[in-house]
Amino acid sequence: MIEVPDTVARVADLIRGHASAGRAVRARGGGTKREWGALLQSDREIVEVVTRGLNRIVEHNAGDFTAVVEAGLPLKEAQAVFAGSGQMLALDPPLGAGDAATIGGVLAANDSGPLRHRYGSVRDLVIGITVVLSDGTIASSGGKVIKNVAGYDLAKLFTGSLGTLGLIARIAVRLHPLAQRTATVVAQTDDAVALAATALALARLPLEADCLDVQWSRGRGRLLVRFAGAAAEQRAQAAALRFPGLQPEIVGDDHTLWSEQRANQRSVAGIVVKVSGRPTDLSTVIRVADAAGGTLVSRAALGLSWLSLPAEADVNSIRAALAPRACTVLDGAERSAAVWPVVAPGTLAVMQRVKQRFDPARAFSPGAFVGGI
Amino acid sequence: MDELIAELRAICGEKWVYTQEHQLRTYESDGLLQYKVVPVAAVLPGTAAEVQAVVAACARAKVPWVARGAGSGLSGGALPIDDGVLLVLSRLKRILEIDLDNGRVCVEPGVTNSAVSAAVGPTHFYPPDPSSQSVCSIGGNVAENSGGAHCFKYGFTTNYVTGLEVVLADGELVQLGGMELDAPGYDLLGAFVGSEGTLGVATKVWLRVVPVPEAIKTLVAFFDSTRQAGEAVSDIVQGGVVPGAIEMMDAKAIEAAEQAAHAGFPMRGAALLVELDGSIHECEGQFEEIAAICRRRGSDDVRVARDAEERARFWKVRKAAFAAMGRISPNYFVQDGVIPRTRLPDVLERIDQLAAQYGLVVANVFHAGDGNLHPLVCYDGAIPGQAERAEELSGLILDVCLESGGSITGEHGVGVDKKKHMQKMYSPSDLDAFQRLRCAFDPAGLANPGKVMPSPRLCGEVPGPYRQHPLEAAGLAERM
Repeated sequence: MIEVPDTVARVADLIRGHASAGRAVRARGGGTKREWGALLQSDREIVEVVTRGLNRIVEHNAGDFTAVVEAGLPLKEAQAVFAGSGQMLALDPPLGAGDAATIGGVLAANDSGPLRHRYGSVRDLVIGITVVLSDGTIASSGGKVIKNVAGYDLAKLFTGSLGTLGLIARIAVRLHPLAQRTATVVAQTDDAVALAATALALARLPLEADCLDVQWSRGRGRLLVRFAGAAAEQRAQAAALRFPGLQPEIVGDDHTLWSEQRANQRSVAGIVVKVSGRPTDLSTVIRVADAAGGTLVSRAALGLSWLSLPAEADVNSIRAALAPRACTVLDGAERSAAVWPVVAPGTLAVMQRVKQRFDPARAFSPGAFVGGI
Repeated sequence: MDELIAELRAICGEKWVYTQEHQLRTYESDGLLQYKVVPVAAVLPGTAAEVQAVVAACARAKVPWVARGAGSGLSGGALPIDDGVLLVLSRLKRILEIDLDNGRVCVEPGVTNSAVSAAVGPTHFYPPDPSSQSVCSIGGNVAENSGGAHCFKYGFTTNYVTGLEVVLADGELVQLGGMELDAPGYDLLGAFVGSEGTLGVATKVWLRVVPVPEAIKTLVAFFDSTRQAGEAVSDIVQGGVVPGAIEMMDAKAIEAAEQAAHAGFPMRGAALLVELDGSIHECEGQFEEIAAICRRRGSDDVRVARDAEERARFWKVRKAAFAAMGRISPNYFVQDGVIPRTRLPDVLERIDQLAAQYGLVVANVFHAGDGNLHPLVCYDGAIPGQAERAEELSGLILDVCLESGGSITGEHGVGVDKKKHMQKMYSPSDLDAFQRLRCAFDPAGLANPGKVMPSPRLCGEVPGPYRQHPLEAAGLAERM
């Protein structure tokens, strides 16, 4: 069954009804990351609650650099509105098929793109949230000001929860100025060790770059550093002096470069493994990607990498090679045996208790999350 | 209780468990002095293992406890409870690891905020900088999600904590996050930071540190009114510039701070301190722009710090403002409201009206970039009834903040002082959701009870760990 409610109150009614009738509920935004997480483990009927009817910008307080939006609003549409005031939500994950990714879906999946280097991830940009729980409770935390420590931070708890705690209905975000000019320094090499070392050295400098990414594919890769703002070109030129042994070039019209970086985080037919590592792990992660016949995108200064692997890749051998770093399967989860890495029992027990308190009916996407939650 | 105290002595050693009235008086308040409670015992463990043993002993004895760092908090978050134990973390002050390649430092909770930046300098620093940074502890910063003057650009404590080792109220030791980002599962780390000691106690903290900016430029501009200064702030931010800090002081605050710091600030209606940091290329151009905006908005006195010494002097005035208030008023309450920045001129006018109505002086110091106001409500405790009136006025100022779409606290926390205001900001179902989180971490309610939530609530039935029933697994039955 599919439901497409268009108000938060209606969402609450629907969810309360379905949960109390013993049905499982699966929240869905644009459907671009639908396969992330483990397969639902339930013999109950599954109702899909699609948020596309919740697509309003409730407030855009341009003077305050904040906005309150409904969760089903496509990120691309939101950005177009913010750009009209010279602003952006500093979140640039791949938008998926038809650019359909919604703000709520991006939050639920904790997805991010190259801008994370400077602006952080969803958790750093969301200042308030409204959720619907399985008993129909509509609850909010945070607010719509960028500084606020009143009450618990439920927005962070729901970020990356893959819809297993409740349905995310409304989100307040902090916005940033949208730079008019950008410039990117790019250097290519087949020397993974030199590439990783240069990335590490750049990460230790006060460059204030917007993005610092590495890309690697079959024995060859590139390092990309993007600057934004009035002095973008000058800053790129200054940074280019910091690529010893490499031949960096400066690309002014750099949008294609960065679209490619984002696109390489996703895979239609293969498997994508996200590695939560350290910047100093990079050359090891590159070696593992090469050995498995895959490609890599890395937020080099953050230690996060996305490995895009052939469908037949053995995720557990990659885990073994990168242990103890956490490796989570994103795309291709349905083709992969072990989607989630093992979480320490004590920590998992707290997560299970959180699930029980927020969703005692166990209605929301049962079994999709880590540890069978 | 005697049995528990004997156990605590066995864990930490005789000399680290205080039970004498004169010893306990030291801990009866935190930075918010109007609340005083003497605990049954104060215990000062020396290691994480001792913290865990102390918390486990309290859990077995069903005795509540409160964790305390440096005790500099301003909301009574570390106020002891009279039938409980105070867990003082000041002995856990080792810096455990510095890894600048990975931009991390790992510290014990008793390490001071300033000590973190000192440990990773001169190349790196730790951005959150509460005014109390030379004494306040990282553990306390984690509990309160502390801010500071540079948070407008750099973010808050929660944006810098990547991992915690935590002792839960049942004595279990768990790790949330770590040196790496995006640990799989729920972001328990994000829920814990800013939970004011109600979800457990941190025994180890991994922090992100960042490179020191290439250039720092600081100016102070003086205006006839806070309205003019507020308009300058809006113009600066509107222009797409994100300064490292924008701080405003009104006439009363300048008067008090100048008496303490002697920086030669003139007695004007408002002072705006703007600090720009970042790449040299970017700073130069933007700095000129900011000075021009200040002049356009009516400032005839823009002073640029010529060197590090002058910059330090400008900041000294700003950071002295709270303490200096004692020079112009015998007593004062520090308020910590937040408003959407564009409402600044209207809200200040409203505060002025309220102050006039109450016949009290309110000085204003604030982080203007993020709309975090610190009105200082002055009163004389020797005049009967004035403290009560001042407190009432202080509460009304929060109402004004909420009416304008803001928050009751930007960085000081709810603690015991503001829990009565929580119901104005959050609905019963919001508070119910908060309670669910708290109960997931601490079903027995032993960690810092009586803080944050407006009224004491029990967790109710604790559902056992979810186990799939064999019939359910076989598809023959399901749970409702």
